[in-house]
Amino acid sequence: MCTTRVMAAAALAAAALLTTAGPAAADSPSPSPSVSGSSSAPTQAGTSFRTAAVLQQDQPGTADASTGDYLYWVFPADAGQTPTVRATVTLPEAATRHGAATWQVDVYDGLRRRQACTHGSQTRTAAADAASVELKCTLRPVRAWSEPWANDPLPGSYYVRLTVTGLPDEDLGLPVHAEAEATAADAGGAHAVDGTLAAPLVPGTATAATAAAPSDDGWSSGWWTDRWLWTVGGGVLASLAAIGGYALTRGTGRRPVRA
Amino acid sequence: MIISKRLAAGVCALLAALAVGFSPTGAAADETDPAQSPKVDLVLDVSGSMRTRDIDGQSRMAAAKQAFNEVLDAVPSDVQLGIRTLGADYPGNDRKTGCKDTAQLYPVGPLDRTEAKTAVATLAPTGWTPIGPALLKAADDLKGGDATRRIVLITDGEDTCAPLDPCEVARSIAAQGTHLVVDTLGLVPDAKIRKQLTCIAEATGGTYSSVQHTDELAGRVTQLVDRAADPVAVPVATEGAAQCTGAPQLKAGLYTDRERFSEHRWYRVDVLPGQELRASVSVGADRAVNQDYGVLLRAVTASGREIVRGEQSGNGRTDVISSGLRYPKAPQDDDDTEPAPETVCLQVSNSFSAPASVKTTPGLPVELTVDLVKAPDAASDVAAFGLGRGWWLLGALVLTGFLAGVLWGWIARWRVAVWRTN
Repeated sequence: MCTTRVMAAAALAAAALLTTAGPAAADSPSPSPSVSGSSSAPTQAGTSFRTAAVLQQDQPGTADASTGDYLYWVFPADAGQTPTVRATVTLPEAATRHGAATWQVDVYDGLRRRQACTHGSQTRTAAADAASVELKCTLRPVRAWSEPWANDPLPGSYYVRLTVTGLPDEDLGLPVHAEAEATAADAGGAHAVDGTLAAPLVPGTATAATAAAPSDDGWSSGWWTDRWLWTVGGGVLASLAAIGGYALTRGTGRRPVRA
Repeated sequence: MIISKRLAAGVCALLAALAVGFSPTGAAADETDPAQSPKVDLVLDVSGSMRTRDIDGQSRMAAAKQAFNEVLDAVPSDVQLGIRTLGADYPGNDRKTGCKDTAQLYPVGPLDRTEAKTAVATLAPTGWTPIGPALLKAADDLKGGDATRRIVLITDGEDTCAPLDPCEVARSIAAQGTHLVVDTLGLVPDAKIRKQLTCIAEATGGTYSSVQHTDELAGRVTQLVDRAADPVAVPVATEGAAQCTGAPQLKAGLYTDRERFSEHRWYRVDVLPGQELRASVSVGADRAVNQDYGVLLRAVTASGREIVRGEQSGNGRTDVISSGLRYPKAPQDDDDTEPAPETVCLQVSNSFSAPASVKTTPGLPVELTVDLVKAPDAASDVAAFGLGRGWWLLGALVLTGFLAGVLWGWIARWRVAVWRTN
């Protein structure tokens, strides 16, 4: 009886652990064959969709650039994740600048469709004497599937574009340092939809030089879902409860037999 | 049945992703072919004004030479690099002659570092600033091959050789479909120069940097040369038609085109049953445009019915505006007949506008990607594999199990009791 109790507790604990650890494990940065030779964090950013630098989640990419450049990165996001993009721009010395500058981060999906930010400051104006500006954009949870007519985030590549949108003309071309990082939180079952995409929404054959794919075990939306754990765990618990219930009815019935 | 179908779909998706990820990267990484190696032409201003001593206490020319030495040391081995000068030879006052003064200092090709450095060391600030003619010649220097091309223009003065506007020159070079990018570096923070250089950079999809220190110059030029060496898919030039009939037939790939303001361009793609069409389009703002703009990409059947559209609008400073669409075509029901492809017409239109002073030709650069993914696309039962999740499910299962156990126990007791009484 004692052992079964321990086993039940262990099964529950394992289920709880795995449900939370699943997505986290998929995030660990490690080299992927389809990523063009960038096992370490990129120190350059691309200047267009085609040349975007590939990031893994939780891997900060840095770039030295000129004010006015359009900086592009691309990272993978899978179903059930809520990606957040953070960008920090270290501005040129205040003495060389002539006024406030407005910076903006935009996120596009693998089909170059702009994705809405649910929260975070996507656009921010840095005062003339500010040393840096921080931007953030949290997307909607990525769904496994959606109608072709919808604009929902789908598993695949996500482009990050960082640029200055408003500044005094004199400040164009000054050197800046930019840093971008993509992280993802587990969105959980509340946003789960079934169905699968034909293939993740990565830019196709044409632009494969910048295709971003999850680092270790590929796109997980094929068969894995934490529903496996819940259902199997439920089955185990149900059988334990059945044994318990059975034992309860037998418990008083046996004594007269032995006596 | 459902499980096997979904597993197959998952495996297919994974394989497709891998195939997409692997094959072209391998092709792009193949850089041994000289026709495929990227070309860079450094265009250096050697006009008289480069004598001015305002960069870290030394003359602009000295700073440029020092930076070039560092850059030449760091050039990746697969890059073919050339150096062109402007205003290096003619010291006189005749504008006509001075505006033709551009020469190739080191031809574009495999780099001999010592030779290139020696050539740079001989330079002395001399003449005029003919940026436009130098750009034209530099574009000629880079002719041939189908790899990426990049011109890096380093100057300290504005072009004084009107009427040839260097910005128009840059735009026409870019419009020739040679896929050439001009990056500009200005050595003087002056409004006129900045305006001209940003215009050149914008017209070709390049960047503008304002440089005030020697190390900035070296770092930036090295970065730009390295950027040329990055493998990148080179688009195929195409020309969309005014309507769907007679539009060019596109396969999966990357295409470029030019589209004037408010023009419509049509392309055709054949989609087989069971394939998904994915198309995205970016229209670049390569000149001064009004602040509100948009792009519309429509997939239309041959008979004119709209299937799906992607649209995006925006305002303010931008490099491109882009949108995309996907169209999954249902798989064929019977396997007996030959699958007939459906012709899908893609319409690209833009709502850019510009002040009257801005030239509308050549059109805005359009980048179109077409991808055909093979696999079905359909929603199924909301619960993945029919599984459940959550505490309510556990509760229900535990309660059911417990009740079943109790019931079974009672039945057992009742049977024992019946057996004992008999």
